[in-house]
Amino acid sequence: MKNYLLRHLQVFFYTLGQLAHTPLSSFMTMAVIGITLALPAGLYVLINNIQTASAGWDGKAQISVFLKPGTTQQQAQALETKIRRLRPVESVQYISPEAAMEEFKHLSGFGGALDALEHNPLPAVLVIRPSDGHSDPESLQALVASLRGLGNADLVQLDLEWVKRLHLLLRLAERGVWLLAVLLGLAVLLTIGNTIRLAILNRRDEIEIIKLIGGTNAFIRRPFLYSGLLQGLFGAGIAWVLVQTGLLLLAGPVRELATLYTSPFGVQGLDTSTSLALLASGAVLGWLGSRLAVGRHLREIEPS
Amino acid sequence: MIHFSNVFKRYESGYDALRGVNFHLEREEMAFLTGHSGAGKSTLLKLITLIERPSRGHCVVNSKNLLKLPRWRIPYFRRDIGFVFQDHRLLFDRTVFDNVALPLVVSGCSYKETLRRVHAALDKVGLLNKEKMYPITLSGGEQQRVGIARAVVNKPPLLLADEPTGNLDEALSDELIDLFQDFNHHGVTVLIATHDLRQVRRLDRRVLQLAQGQLIYDSIADA
Repeated sequence: MKNYLLRHLQVFFYTLGQLAHTPLSSFMTMAVIGITLALPAGLYVLINNIQTASAGWDGKAQISVFLKPGTTQQQAQALETKIRRLRPVESVQYISPEAAMEEFKHLSGFGGALDALEHNPLPAVLVIRPSDGHSDPESLQALVASLRGLGNADLVQLDLEWVKRLHLLLRLAERGVWLLAVLLGLAVLLTIGNTIRLAILNRRDEIEIIKLIGGTNAFIRRPFLYSGLLQGLFGAGIAWVLVQTGLLLLAGPVRELATLYTSPFGVQGLDTSTSLALLASGAVLGWLGSRLAVGRHLREIEPS
Repeated sequence: MIHFSNVFKRYESGYDALRGVNFHLEREEMAFLTGHSGAGKSTLLKLITLIERPSRGHCVVNSKNLLKLPRWRIPYFRRDIGFVFQDHRLLFDRTVFDNVALPLVVSGCSYKETLRRVHAALDKVGLLNKEKMYPITLSGGEQQRVGIARAVVNKPPLLLADEPTGNLDEALSDELIDLFQDFNHHGVTVLIATHDLRQVRRLDRRVLQLAQGQLIYDSIADA
């Protein structure tokens, strides 16, 4: 057993030496793999970041009932209790015209300019959150209809539909990234397979001789498998560097943009588990690509 | 050690390389296999090393029935046969030491044991002082001796050689064949395919002669 591990270690370092022996061609293969893997990895990080940024806006729909101008606070509060009794409603929040004005001043940045207005043009609003069991489109439509029937309701608006759309779009994009990752994974497989194929053909004589003196297929395969694995691993390493560098370049502008929106959002890079997953998938793809190539071509090379 | 009875070999092209060959080589025996080019010498050696499978007949080598030996057993079977090629077939990107060590590396020998055996084999062929050199810097005779050291390094009971003296002058050829004889004295079965009749006469060992795929002369049977 110890002997077996020792032999693997030997082959590992021998292969490493072989890669170092032809630095340019090894690097080019790894760079191709790196760029190929960087694409899905980068998109994955991008989508992850958009998800984080939009996490504050939860996916729940929200209904705003704008009350007719001149509605008194008593009337509004009576309406609030009435709505609260409706089954699909989880919570109702009353926002008075004054409170709405304060919020608007704060968020819009118009501040002083709004003070110039003679009277508050904003209506009172009741913000309604439907309960979890009733957030599907049909129940929401029904709820909106019943709210429209209430007296004093000027305008009933289903808000944040677009957040839902965004979430759906993100999910779609995520699916797309997976699809892309599968395709590009295949590309890595082919790249490695071709590199290993050439390596095998280059060492045809050596393989024949080793077969003649009793080398098993496993023995002959081993250095090629390590070579594929290492190239995949280093390629993934290059992909990691590419993604992190790209994010570093984006981080500055994104932070500035976020400050404008008073958001604490900052770009998140690849975390440890994602990084490890990236490296592991590179290694596995490299190994697999090499395994496929070796399996195919080793059989063809027989001593004569 | 080698038992052929009524062995035929037809290549896919339809060419009959061997036609009904019968012979028996005992353990620790030494024999020459002679005949013109195309007589079937190489094919016979290829059958013994399982590079080719016989089309018909019965072959037993080193107590293994070659017709029944599964593919995956072939490497293990070949580890008991030392093979010397006419063109040496050394690896030119590795040192003499690494070339000779290859059969031991392949069979997973420990480093200490490898070191000991490679040195013993190189000592035997008189190249101990050249272990760190690359084969390209050696003469033809030396390269052939490296090939022999590689063939015997894991002490196989059977040693085969295909035209080992093909490219060498007389003195070097004598030296080389004497080396084979020496291995034979130490209990190794030796079969040398050659058309160097000078060596055949010089050693007075068993001779098997092939012509057009048939064994036409066996010095023991015909004596």
